[in-house]
Amino acid sequence: MIVTELAIVGAGPAGLSASIEARRAGVDVLLIDENARPGGQLFKQIHKFFGSRAHKAGIRGINIGTELLRESEELGIHIWLKGEVCGIENGHNLWVVRDRNRSEIVKAKKIILATGATENAVIFPGWDLPGVMGAGAAQTMINVNRVLPGRKVIMLGSGNVGVIVAYQLMQAGAEVVAVLEAAPVLGGYGVHTAKVSRAGVPFYVSHTIKRAFGTNHVEAVEIVELDNSFKQILGTEQILDADTVCLATGLTPLTELAWLAGCKFNFVPALGGHLPIHDDKMHTTQPDIFIAGDISGIEEASTAMEEGRLAGINAAQELGYISEDEAKIRTDAIWDSLNSLRSGYFGQKRRDSKDLILQNGKR
Amino acid sequence: MNRIVNHPILDKEKPAKEVEIFVDDKPIIAREGEMIAAALIANGIFINRYTIHKHKPRGIYCAIGRCTDCIMTVDGIPNIRTCVTEVKDGMRITTQKGTGVWS
Repeated sequence: MIVTELAIVGAGPAGLSASIEARRAGVDVLLIDENARPGGQLFKQIHKFFGSRAHKAGIRGINIGTELLRESEELGIHIWLKGEVCGIENGHNLWVVRDRNRSEIVKAKKIILATGATENAVIFPGWDLPGVMGAGAAQTMINVNRVLPGRKVIMLGSGNVGVIVAYQLMQAGAEVVAVLEAAPVLGGYGVHTAKVSRAGVPFYVSHTIKRAFGTNHVEAVEIVELDNSFKQILGTEQILDADTVCLATGLTPLTELAWLAGCKFNFVPALGGHLPIHDDKMHTTQPDIFIAGDISGIEEASTAMEEGRLAGINAAQELGYISEDEAKIRTDAIWDSLNSLRSGYFGQKRRDSKDLILQNGKR
Repeated sequence: MNRIVNHPILDKEKPAKEVEIFVDDKPIIAREGEMIAAALIANGIFINRYTIHKHKPRGIYCAIGRCTDCIMTVDGIPNIRTCVTEVKDGMRITTQKGTGVWS
């Protein structure tokens, strides 16, 4: 058994930020990630981030990832890669499978769950064919693995993931045949949408995929128009030539460990569904478990980093490394920053949903 | 054949050591340290397995080790997630049928 003051699960933007804050305060931190490399999904984000300069806007995700890794290395943060946390017991003990061949128990005084999210699926005949994949999967292949998973791509979903990955697929050398959106209006930030549109990609609003054709791989895709209640309108089908379908239809938080730990949940559809209730310190309803990042609601890397800092600072305070007063001052400052990130047309909805969670989290 | 060589944003790739792996006994060239699924796509291989009942082909789906659609038999061990498993020189990979066979 390994004993640590603070165990953090997930070395993406939230987990890295949490570990940096806690380690800076003097906490003995163990950061655990199932992947061979830390950084979560940051290293596939080759576009520039939004927000103000204070939120690292204008900087590409890959560079933010590199910066976080440099800081965590400088601080000497202890990190286990290829460590899969498969269980949690008594709110303190993590069951970790290391290098896929041995298991180890980590006993931690405090735990921060920063497990991230997984992509949603959309089901249609042919959705199981090779060539149908998550938009994030295609993004991983092109930007991290540097291989092109398809040549003629249909993107289902026009939110930020859909338009950003569509553009990055073109940068990687693919043709984007169409971007489909089930809703009557497009979902992504205008600047990303405009870039794809300027490149000549047709957008189909009120459209979805009826089926994908193919024997061993996608060979063509039938699309169909949707009415106001999202029902398919017969007779509006058209067949597009494509070898790849990317699904950019939202994300679901990876909450398994929070469920196992007995955290109380609430249902907040706007942020991805069932989410652990938390307070303004990112504390769950379990006494020694914090959350940060997409597990607490689907947002962006910029908010994940701020939430990670909140969790790291407040875990350090509870462990006695930071005074209550100092933690409060820093917590309030981070909330100012989060509130400014959660403003504007897209941000306000997230802020309203977060406020609901915080109401539930007030004890 | 599907490697992205020129990219407007990403740096030029550092030269990688090439290794030889075997897919259904056929040798292909992969890059040391890359994920098996990426090496297969680079070589034009898009089917990782066939399902147990209907024998339908499956390829990568999530590419981050969650969905298990890309599992294959690797060095005699079935159900290996190829999107999160690195290639090693001389590795023997089999297109998996159903739940696969240990060997």
